Amino acid sequence: MLSTLLVQLLTGLSGASSLFLVSAGLTVIFGVTRVVNFSHGSLYMLGAYTGWSILSRLPREPLPFILGVLLTVAALALLGALLERLLLRRIYAAPELLQLLFTFGVVLVVQDATQAIWGPNDLPLPRGRWLRSFVEIGDARVPLYDLILIAIGPAVLAALWLLLTRTRWGTLIRAATQDREMVAALGVDQKRLFTSVFALGAGLAGLAGALSLPDGSANLQMDLSIITDAFVVVVVGGLGSVPGAFLASILIGVLQAFGIVVLPQATLVLVFVIMAAVLVVRPNGLLGRPQAIRENPASTTLIRPAEPALRWLGLAALILAAAAPLFVGPFLLSVLTEMAVAMLFAAALHFMMGPGGMASFGHAAWFGLGAYAAALAVKGLALPMTAGLLIAPLLAGTAAALFGWFVVRLSGVYLAMLTLAFAQIVWAVMFQAVDLTGGDNGILGVWPAQWATDRLVFYWLTLALCTAATLVLRTILYAPFGYALRGARDSELRAAAIGLDATRLRHAAFTIAGAAAGLAGSLAAFSKGSVFPGFIAISRSVDALLMVLLGGVQSMAGPIVGAIAYTGLFDLLLLATDQWRAVLGLSIIVLVLAFPQGIAGTAHRLWLRGKEA
Amino acid sequence: MSITRRSALAAAGLLATPAIVRAQGNTPIRIGEINSYTAAPAFTLPYRNGWMLAVEQVNAAGGVFGRKIEVISRDDAGRPPDAIRLAGELLDDQKVDLFAGSFLSNIGLALSDVAKQRKKLFVGGEPLTDAMVWQNGHRYCYRLRPSTYMQAAMLVDDAAKLNAKRWVTVSPNYEYGQSVVKWFKLMLSQKQPGVEFVGEQWPALGKIDAGATAAALAALKPDAILNATFGPDLTNFVRQGNTRGLFEGRGVVSVLTGEPEYLDPLGEETPEGWIVTGYPVDSLTDPANKAFIDAYKARFNETPKMGSVVGHALIASIVAGIAKSGSTDTEKMADGFAGASFDTPFGKAAWRAQDHQATLGTYVGKTALKGGKGTMVNWRYVDGSAALPSDDEVKKMRPA
Amino acid sequence: MKTLAVTALSRSFGGVRAVDGVSFAVAPGEMLALIGPNGAGKSTCFNLLNGQLRPDTGTVHLGGRDITGLSPRRIARHGVGRTFQITATFASMTARENVQLALLAHHRQIWRFLRPAPQHHAREADALLAQVGMAEQADRAAAILAYGDLKRLELAIALAAAPRLLLMDEPTAGMAPAERTALMALTRDLANQRQMAVLFTEHDMDVVFGIADRILVLDRGRLVAEGTPETIRANPAVRAIYLGTGATTGGH
Repeated sequence: MLSTLLVQLLTGLSGASSLFLVSAGLTVIFGVTRVVNFSHGSLYMLGAYTGWSILSRLPREPLPFILGVLLTVAALALLGALLERLLLRRIYAAPELLQLLFTFGVVLVVQDATQAIWGPNDLPLPRGRWLRSFVEIGDARVPLYDLILIAIGPAVLAALWLLLTRTRWGTLIRAATQDREMVAALGVDQKRLFTSVFALGAGLAGLAGALSLPDGSANLQMDLSIITDAFVVVVVGGLGSVPGAFLASILIGVLQAFGIVVLPQATLVLVFVIMAAVLVVRPNGLLGRPQAIRENPASTTLIRPAEPALRWLGLAALILAAAAPLFVGPFLLSVLTEMAVAMLFAAALHFMMGPGGMASFGHAAWFGLGAYAAALAVKGLALPMTAGLLIAPLLAGTAAALFGWFVVRLSGVYLAMLTLAFAQIVWAVMFQAVDLTGGDNGILGVWPAQWATDRLVFYWLTLALCTAATLVLRTILYAPFGYALRGARDSELRAAAIGLDATRLRHAAFTIAGAAAGLAGSLAAFSKGSVFPGFIAISRSVDALLMVLLGGVQSMAGPIVGAIAYTGLFDLLLLATDQWRAVLGLSIIVLVLAFPQGIAGTAHRLWLRGKEA
Repeated sequence: MSITRRSALAAAGLLATPAIVRAQGNTPIRIGEINSYTAAPAFTLPYRNGWMLAVEQVNAAGGVFGRKIEVISRDDAGRPPDAIRLAGELLDDQKVDLFAGSFLSNIGLALSDVAKQRKKLFVGGEPLTDAMVWQNGHRYCYRLRPSTYMQAAMLVDDAAKLNAKRWVTVSPNYEYGQSVVKWFKLMLSQKQPGVEFVGEQWPALGKIDAGATAAALAALKPDAILNATFGPDLTNFVRQGNTRGLFEGRGVVSVLTGEPEYLDPLGEETPEGWIVTGYPVDSLTDPANKAFIDAYKARFNETPKMGSVVGHALIASIVAGIAKSGSTDTEKMADGFAGASFDTPFGKAAWRAQDHQATLGTYVGKTALKGGKGTMVNWRYVDGSAALPSDDEVKKMRPA
Repeated sequence: MKTLAVTALSRSFGGVRAVDGVSFAVAPGEMLALIGPNGAGKSTCFNLLNGQLRPDTGTVHLGGRDITGLSPRRIARHGVGRTFQITATFASMTARENVQLALLAHHRQIWRFLRPAPQHHAREADALLAQVGMAEQADRAAAILAYGDLKRLELAIALAAAPRLLLMDEPTAGMAPAERTALMALTRDLANQRQMAVLFTEHDMDVVFGIADRILVLDRGRLVAEGTPETIRANPAVRAIYLGTGATTGGH
């Protein structure tokens, strides 16, 4: 019994080491550059593939293995430096989180590039005899490689610690982690600092990727399967804190190893439950420092209602959309229906993210809950569709109000990650409650009521409801509540000084945004005739985030333009080419470079410039 | 392929393609096809090669009653809602006569539901879920591959021969895995009363914590293991199991592991003596298999995989169904497919009338290591019809 | 009755008494300056009054009501207005909207979801902006206002709640000397008109001695002197503190 516990503990610790290696690079990069680097998983995957290419050509002895791993690290560091110098550098001045959109473009491109270079098949690295040996504990065996990994984790931590505390470069990094402006003021070449930090982070990702090979294979799924876990570790540890990441890795690795024994199904969601628990108790992670209150740099833009010319443009677009069925075919009609739903979904996220200042990585939770509520109302309770459409926002709003109570007490990336955790928990519940929800097979046959079965009617219904709800959101934003919400975002100090209750305002905004997303979700359910856990998946939340960022956070038109652009781009590219990921990724990268304020934001700026001239 | 892509591009234009009134005469029969090409390329790209080869062969032989066949293919990105939208595009804009495809069970079920709603024929290729032909089965849906029930049924005889008392299971936590475990437990308990299932592991698909999973299973000291993981999860699990001695002196029954898609990546780590379903492509010498393997190698310069067989058989099964129906009218096809028999690389198979499941079988054998590569030995072909429940039981599960 | 009455206020940080038994009061319409060398406890004292910090012991009464240890928001609700050392305004709004939002908050009209905010209290907001000499800037974005204008905007925002007490933390920091005098003269007028008590910290001794009715001098957390500018100027203890630390007039 004791040996069993020990074996499980050691296994958990080796898992923790692997987790730490990926997260260390991510936390260093975030700490200094504040870039939420979604492409860190891609660097990890490239590390594994590069490592495979190198190591499979070398003898299977320890020394060549070490050499090959080091070569991989160097290659990835170089790649990271290139990525930073050629691309990321161009958008540091852009609003926060826009880099996230950018790095997501990189993820898509890397996926296609990797498949083009290495092919679709998993690439296993043959293991030398030493990599297959083990140590016996009682009658159980612990792989020698597990023990090696257990040692590598602390060794890398120590090396990083020495690097960060004993070198001038490390001192600068630590200073930059705490106060970027100060380092700039000291006359340090920030560009070179950022490049080197990116190289370090990418090198660590490469190390983690290469070291994952003896336990498995290089494959095309590893980028996305690691990235959320890595973010969880970084956030649980405290953003930018390397020792925090180490602690968090151990916490998660060990709990995971024992969780598997106690409740095998828990692997679906355990890391997110841990993150939610930690963040509720410690809003800045285990070892994170409270982020200094600072004026939101994005809020320097004056928010104005659209000028008459723009309003006419919007009205014209709406009339065009309403008349569209007269001249487009059924497929484009289904794309337009998706666009209408996406518009409301994105507008709901924008409501809390723009004026509310709360970015969410888990907005699909409310979208999905709305969809499930509608589907269950119609299929389970045999209620009419209209009841489903009514229940959906109510239930989603109620759930958002409950979760929101915890969420709005946090800020920044911590807040975003807590929403992600809640979304994953909701996802896991829907996924696992097979009897109620059909599990991953979803609920089928959720078709519209008789009177709305005709696709034309349903399209008009969707368009009407989504437009109306979006306009309601807009009205609220320009009403006193919206101003107060925006005020609390602009300046927390000033808001308190005039007696505004920022927490309550945000809580209300969170609830409204949840309800609106729920309505969007229910319309999606009826338009697809089905609901799946995928409606709540991370990728769905990311979609909404991409739409808002692509359109621009600082205007009400942003999410609308972003939703139309992203949905249209995605739907049409999926039809047009096998390489849609690469094309979509490149489009995103180009759009971000061309429209650093988002499409609508930048267009509006150009419009204003034209008028002043 | 390039031709169908171009027609897709045309459809993506801003204006709808006007309805084309086609004479039954010599215009091609249009088959819509949807699969997860970017989300699961390791399985679906060989599958695509398989159906492309079949289309070329059918058309070279003159097509079906003088009409060529044309496949209009779409990538669903692994997302059911996108698959549903694309099904609409194929039906409405491309005016396909029927549609087919899918790899993931949930997408298969979603497309089947579209077929039901739109009253159009859907022929599922890869999805394994039993619900497709039983609980959610309907007039307009046919399915080709042996289902999870059939896979379990094919393995259970050999499993019982292990005469192992204490079993554990490891299976990805979604419908396919849950269904395999459910049927296997049920069938083995009937065959071998007194068998005990002492533990389960449910790793999340694609995210197995292989070391902890293997250690947890080893700690239960089972006599035998049922595995349903596949892909990267399987590779990780096998490596950890090998190092930890999890498989030593234990019987292992493993679903799909003999398929080249999943066996090849195991390489020299392939554990020996696992009882598996799969495709022993390197040792098949009968004429039907050999002809397919040779043609495939000649066309694509690589060895076919299980997906290639499914892709190839999918087209054959559709062509046979249309030929038997004598028309591409949906109602006629919905009736006419039933009972149609067709040639596959594995031999003759047919569409069952009672549940629209094909009788295509698979190979059951043991894993072995030859020249540093995994392979299947002592295999036998199990026809699908031998692995299905009685008609009465099917009737109970399938809605009228 | 005094507007603000502070009794025996103390607060320690890890054994260091940042504020140590400080008591004082401010009368309606009175301008009271709080001065002292760096580290004397001015900021801590201010933060104890505005709710940013909770005192270890002692009480704060506003108009006879105990507001000790309340949150900044509640203290604001009781009629305490504030300006900040580094201005804090709503950057995504115009000057007028800044004041309108403050008026909406004061009238408890925040939880309204229909009529656009700019249609509420526009005239009142313009009147307040005119009082601080910002009428022409009403439609400009707060983000692009000059620093001196931002300070005056803050004043207008604070006045929107018709405060009984105005707390000004380093109100003239970062301003040109001419602007400083103008701003404080304006504050003086407002205090008189509205019978509003003003408590401010200030580095510029010309401003302090030119404007304040009374001056409090803090040193190492303790109140070492209190009185009119004349008595403080003549106080040897104060001179010692300032000469001792080397700090003189002029601010920084």
